[in-house]
Amino acid sequence: MIGYLIRRFGQALIVLFFVTVITLALVHVFPGGPIRALLGPRATAQQVATENQQYGFDRPFYVQYAKWVWQILHGNLGFSLKLNQSVASLMTQDLPKTIVLVALGTIVSLVFGVPLGMYQAVKRYTVGDYVLTGVSFLGYATPTFFVALLLVEWFAVDTHFFPPFAPQGSSLGQILAQPRALVLPVIAYSFVLYALWSRYMRSSVMDNLVQDYVRTARAKGASERRVLWGHIFRNSLISIVTLLGLSLPTLVAGAIFIEVVFNYPGMGLAFYTAALNDDIQVLLGFTVLATVATILGNLLADVSYAMLDPRVRYS
Amino acid sequence: MAMITPPPGSSLPADVATPVDLAEPDGATHLTAVEAEELGLAPAVKPRSLLRRGWEVFAENKLALASLGVVLFIVLFCFVGPLFYHTDQVHTNLQQVLCPPSGSHLLGCDNVGYDQLGRLMVGGQTSLEVGVAAAIVAVLFGTVYGAVSGFIGGVADSFLMRVVDAGLSIPYITLIIILSVAFHPTKTVMIFVIAVFYWLGVSRLIRGETLTLRTREYVQAVKVIGGRSRRAVIRHILPNAIGTIIVQATFAVADSIIILASLGFLGLGVQAPATDWGSMLSGGLNYLQSSQSYWWLIYPAGIAIILTCIAVNFIGDALRDAFETRLQRR
Repeated sequence: MIGYLIRRFGQALIVLFFVTVITLALVHVFPGGPIRALLGPRATAQQVATENQQYGFDRPFYVQYAKWVWQILHGNLGFSLKLNQSVASLMTQDLPKTIVLVALGTIVSLVFGVPLGMYQAVKRYTVGDYVLTGVSFLGYATPTFFVALLLVEWFAVDTHFFPPFAPQGSSLGQILAQPRALVLPVIAYSFVLYALWSRYMRSSVMDNLVQDYVRTARAKGASERRVLWGHIFRNSLISIVTLLGLSLPTLVAGAIFIEVVFNYPGMGLAFYTAALNDDIQVLLGFTVLATVATILGNLLADVSYAMLDPRVRYS
Repeated sequence: MAMITPPPGSSLPADVATPVDLAEPDGATHLTAVEAEELGLAPAVKPRSLLRRGWEVFAENKLALASLGVVLFIVLFCFVGPLFYHTDQVHTNLQQVLCPPSGSHLLGCDNVGYDQLGRLMVGGQTSLEVGVAAAIVAVLFGTVYGAVSGFIGGVADSFLMRVVDAGLSIPYITLIIILSVAFHPTKTVMIFVIAVFYWLGVSRLIRGETLTLRTREYVQAVKVIGGRSRRAVIRHILPNAIGTIIVQATFAVADSIIILASLGFLGLGVQAPATDWGSMLSGGLNYLQSSQSYWWLIYPAGIAIILTCIAVNFIGDALRDAFETRLQRR
């Protein structure tokens, strides 16, 4: 187990190296280089050259890379000239709000997706199953932003049940003080995830229903309820935990769209604004952060899988 | 596992469909079938009959057939429709901004005066073209990459797969947004921007498939008779992975359409006067808050996306069943 952990950790480090190289290389795909993108087409060649020197973009790539990583390790993610703010302070301001949105949306989607997926597996090929299958197919095929648009149209514009905008404010406290405004963003966010979990739970439970341990439990006279929750649920949960760790890219993508549609002042909206403004330092910082989070998520998923499931043996 | 080739010695021309007895014991015919193929006696028949039987199972699935009909209808609507329903999709017309549906504009006009029904067709062309093209590019590249990586194995395989891991660790949406900001988004650029991220998942899947297939006797046999690796991959492994490849390609089309729509919605997709279904929705967002309902700005394009993607997903599901049934029967 210890050996496995060490090896898995080493793999994560290698992946991290590749990813940071790719991310930094992305800066150079901007036509004319990153400084030209920053200063705009009217800057003179000399200005561009001066700035290039100041940022160190004229140095060889490996020097740039080493300096950049060194800065990140010291907590310096760069400075956004467009916002006149350091990327690190932007993150401490916006990231908690995004985490709240992601956490709430994930919890809501799990609360509905897991039990309904189990229901579908137990009552498979009935009307209820088909209806819920239809709902999750709808979830797969509907872009997140369109779900958000429809919710705003139906529940904010037509009926005024909820405000059409997400809670506004620069601090987390101000956001949480407006729970009504959080309802639509969270529902829109959780719809696609719901489809994911319920589909997964359905097939996982259906796989488990024919396993020997279920037959044994039934033979011992366990009630259907106990078989379902005590045995099958616990075994399917292992894979849900893993899936949760692996779906971080999906969570990040969802957050960007929801924040844009609802004008929710989180990290996703900041990233989108940065993309429109060619604000490269913010783009870089956010990408690195999201990437590290994803790698950590994958690592945790693997480790928790190995720990939760005693059948898994890594040699 | 039985090879689906004609009996040894048969020299049937490739275009004659050979009925294959499923129950035929495969022991004796096995090596000779490989030999026959090595000698070039029976090319092309094998993948063809595989697809043929996949189709037979597929055709039994009513939902899938209906979905196929829906997709065909949407394709005809987008590509043939403009021939019958003439609209100006290049010049804005400020006199008819946001006009409601009427006899001359069946679905009304959008926020700069384009006819909405005509726009739905033009936008659909972009969505479908980019969706299909991105899927093909991504699946082709991912398949070759995955098959090569899985087949050679060893250190090279580990290296190639770590690259894929790294790519998959960057949340795709950030990668795609950065790329579409960096390049002037045209149809061609969008195809590659989407494919650049999508091939990763495909390659991992095909590598897994290759790892299983390379241990099969008929692939081993190629090595034994001195066949080159390239031959083993192209002639034996890929045709047997064709089910997985086709299913992946189908889902890739739906995903690409959604990704393109998402980018278009963010204003990072193809630039006006070109449009796609997502960009059309982006225009509708600004009028959502107004007191009057402009339903024709959001429903047609939104429903078009959902309908297309659901139909394509159903087709993909049915294809998966079709190819899996084939495996079970063998």
